[in-house]
Amino acid sequence: MPTVTMTVNGMERSGNVEGRTLLVEFLREHLGLTGTHVGCDTSQCGACVVHVNGTSVKSCTSLAAQADGAEVTTIEGLANGSDLHPMQEAFREHHGLQCGFCTPGMVMSAVDLANQNADPSEHEVREWLEGNLCRCTGYHNIVKAVQAGARAMGGGS
Amino acid sequence: MSANGSGIGASVKRKEDTRFLTGRGRYTDDINLPGQLYGYILRSPVAHANIGGIDTSAAAAAPGVHAIFTGTDMEGVGGIPTGWLIHSKDGEPMVEPGHPALALGKVRYVGDCVAIVVAETREQAKEAANLIDVDYQDLPAVASIEAAEAEGAAQVFDEAPGNVCYDWEVGDRAATDAAFDEATHVVSIDVVNNRLIPNAIEPRAAIANYDPATGDYTLYTTSQNPHLIRLLLGAFVLQLPEHKLRIVAPDVGGGFGSKIPHYAEEAILTWTAGQLGRPVKWTCERIDAFKSDTHGRDHISTARLALDADGKFLGLHVSTKANLGAYLSTFATCVPTYLYGILFAGPYTTPAVYCEVKSFFTNTVPVDALRGAGRPEATYLLERLVEKAAVELGIDRVEIRRKNFIREFPYQTPVALQYDQGDYDATLDLALKASDWAGFEARRAESAARGKCRGIGISTFIEACGIAPSAVVGSLGARAGLYESGSVRVHPTGSVSVFTGTHSHGQGHETTFAQIVSDMLGVDFEAVDVVHGDSAKIPFGMGTYGSRSLAVGGTAIYLAVEKVIEKGKKIAAHLLEASAEDIEFENGSFTVAGTDRSKSLGEVALTAYVPHNYPAGLEPGLEETAFYDPLNFTFPAGTHVAEVEVDPETGEVEVVSVTGADDVGRIINPMIVDGQLHGGLAHGIGQALLEECLYQDDGQLQTGSYLDYTMPRAADLPSFNINHNTTLCTHNPLGVKGVGEVGSIGVPPAVINAVIDALRPLGVNDMAMPATSQRVWQAIQQARG
Repeated sequence: MPTVTMTVNGMERSGNVEGRTLLVEFLREHLGLTGTHVGCDTSQCGACVVHVNGTSVKSCTSLAAQADGAEVTTIEGLANGSDLHPMQEAFREHHGLQCGFCTPGMVMSAVDLANQNADPSEHEVREWLEGNLCRCTGYHNIVKAVQAGARAMGGGS
Repeated sequence: MSANGSGIGASVKRKEDTRFLTGRGRYTDDINLPGQLYGYILRSPVAHANIGGIDTSAAAAAPGVHAIFTGTDMEGVGGIPTGWLIHSKDGEPMVEPGHPALALGKVRYVGDCVAIVVAETREQAKEAANLIDVDYQDLPAVASIEAAEAEGAAQVFDEAPGNVCYDWEVGDRAATDAAFDEATHVVSIDVVNNRLIPNAIEPRAAIANYDPATGDYTLYTTSQNPHLIRLLLGAFVLQLPEHKLRIVAPDVGGGFGSKIPHYAEEAILTWTAGQLGRPVKWTCERIDAFKSDTHGRDHISTARLALDADGKFLGLHVSTKANLGAYLSTFATCVPTYLYGILFAGPYTTPAVYCEVKSFFTNTVPVDALRGAGRPEATYLLERLVEKAAVELGIDRVEIRRKNFIREFPYQTPVALQYDQGDYDATLDLALKASDWAGFEARRAESAARGKCRGIGISTFIEACGIAPSAVVGSLGARAGLYESGSVRVHPTGSVSVFTGTHSHGQGHETTFAQIVSDMLGVDFEAVDVVHGDSAKIPFGMGTYGSRSLAVGGTAIYLAVEKVIEKGKKIAAHLLEASAEDIEFENGSFTVAGTDRSKSLGEVALTAYVPHNYPAGLEPGLEETAFYDPLNFTFPAGTHVAEVEVDPETGEVEVVSVTGADDVGRIINPMIVDGQLHGGLAHGIGQALLEECLYQDDGQLQTGSYLDYTMPRAADLPSFNINHNTTLCTHNPLGVKGVGEVGSIGVPPAVINAVIDALRPLGVNDMAMPATSQRVWQAIQQARG
């Protein structure tokens, strides 16, 4: 089995994987980073979104091998110690989560948007989130949280 | 009770959020046990077939495979039970066929469990399953109500002639017929309540373990009601005593009803773990979730409303056919009956109401509760019919509702329920104002100037939550009680653990219940933790569904806190050398009335656990449990207004605004309550405009993925305008009602009424759900001729 090596949340991590091993499987099963979730297997729901080299990626449709040598950030790597990342704090403040299952993917996707757009409109947020499903919140508070989080980030993570 | 910054009525940020936001939630699929194997469930690819034989030899020889079990291996293990016995009009009990966990001799829907393959890895189990050769001898299938009731239809069960499970009724038929005889106007409607697939974002999963040292089984499962699973799995399926079976439902990623039922996979996993003596883990893939999570709704109805010359409702007659799917899921039989027919008074004084429901087996996924469960179906039919009556009689659609509102409480409906309290005019007035109903025509004209058709729709509704009391539901066929337990443990230094039999899978119980206890006991919010979801920790519980958690579970906690305070008074009285009757408790202090002599809760708790100076005859410790069996349902009510804009060239419907004016009883945490409303509204708009489960005639599921089944996405929805008018429930001490299902109950008819209102100038007078652009465009084309 090939070995992959990548920097995950700032630490170099290696593992032997099958060629077909998905990035999300590597993160969840090999590294025990279970914050990244699998809600579908078809790249539709977005619960599995992580950052690869700073860009949001659906880790259920990426091979672990594709991330070889990359910088990967998961939801576990977003906070600074006990200080939540501004986007995480905005989700908490605006009740942008209920059951929490879609939340890691939502937050990681939102951070990517905020890195590109420091003050997204409601319309821009709703369009950006087309790849992330939530069944609990009706998106109302997620939209508010993403806008507030983006402003709090001030144009960068 | 004393209000404080984190007490009742405060929008406290949720205790749950930090773990969910940092990836530290612990969902079932996050759990791994030492030595675990992986199970893969092989499912039927055909809707109806005899199983001629199953050849597992090639699969058994595949790499990593430990075991393969089929229906014959589990023969003798009990079948999957159903929770509610319905009686037909003629007094006969419903037809209740067996439901083997693994199909035995016959498969009855695409998705039916046929075998479990257990292997070292998930991939090995799945690959080996592909090597199993099942001899499916195809039988004709019935995939819809129409097909099931057709002359000469294939039979899903030999013991259910005509595929009928029951033919039920509620209300006084003769009185209703008499009302129609006297009517000036009769308005009729035919509606379909579209079949939905719940789609909680967390797929179902389970890990079962058997400990040969103790004989104990543990099942981690994605459930809304772990004790109910223990009862059904233990007592009915595996015949395991409760003390040997622990069910843990850890963090659960949404349920919406689909995680109520006791599923075959839970039984298969637990039994398999016992056979192998090793933990076995199973996680449902989304593609399998579509064809194995219980579905919702799926009714065909016809109804007639009798009115006098003045527009007063005289009588309502409803005939419904309901699809139950291939087997009777846990709550399947009560959803189209006792959660449906009894809602038909709505908020109106209709003196005579009759509802009959005929239910059918079909070769489709079993149907069970889905957010609202019966009440959305009833509300949709009633509010479509009332709207149609207003149009046909030329009465203003707000006024026809107001003309018929119930205003005196308690109100005994002709369909069993007794409403304790409500103010339907208040929520209607609030909704009209908040939605600027009066200014609509100007907005319609503005849209028309842009070539768009704008419409506004309204729905005034009640719901019935916290199904109860146990003695009544028992007499109606429920096979369980519908009470709830709550335990409050004050630790020696004054912090508090609360144990609830309800289960939180997004509702924020860890926060809301902590607010109640913090408020009542005067302890810091941070000093209160709420524990749920583990049958080894919680005395007992019926779980979370039917918007029952706060009204029933919250009340149990409230009563347990009262017991703690009562015991604390005795301890404080002893310490203060006073009579317990003279002790008052407020803000965390026990005080001798009229003095400044007091003891804190912490001092009393420490005394309870270090009882060196203690009242004679009083037990040490400060922990109390209450079981609360409600006296009645609770009756949230409200008005929803939807405004839509339709593009007549494409048929596309845009929801421009949604306004809710809701009476959900006392609000403990406004932030959480509004979040529940938002989610329900999105679910209801999904049903109205986007979501529809479709089967081919041969029973193949057409909408079996997120590419084929339209889930509401962020860009499909507007922000919501939520407003509250509160009346208190009169029969629980907190005055709370329930909120989790309100949106999905109230908003679908408001949306469809708005779509029809938009299209009426084009000659369109009816619209089915979901009002997709294709359906709307076709209706416009037909109207144009």
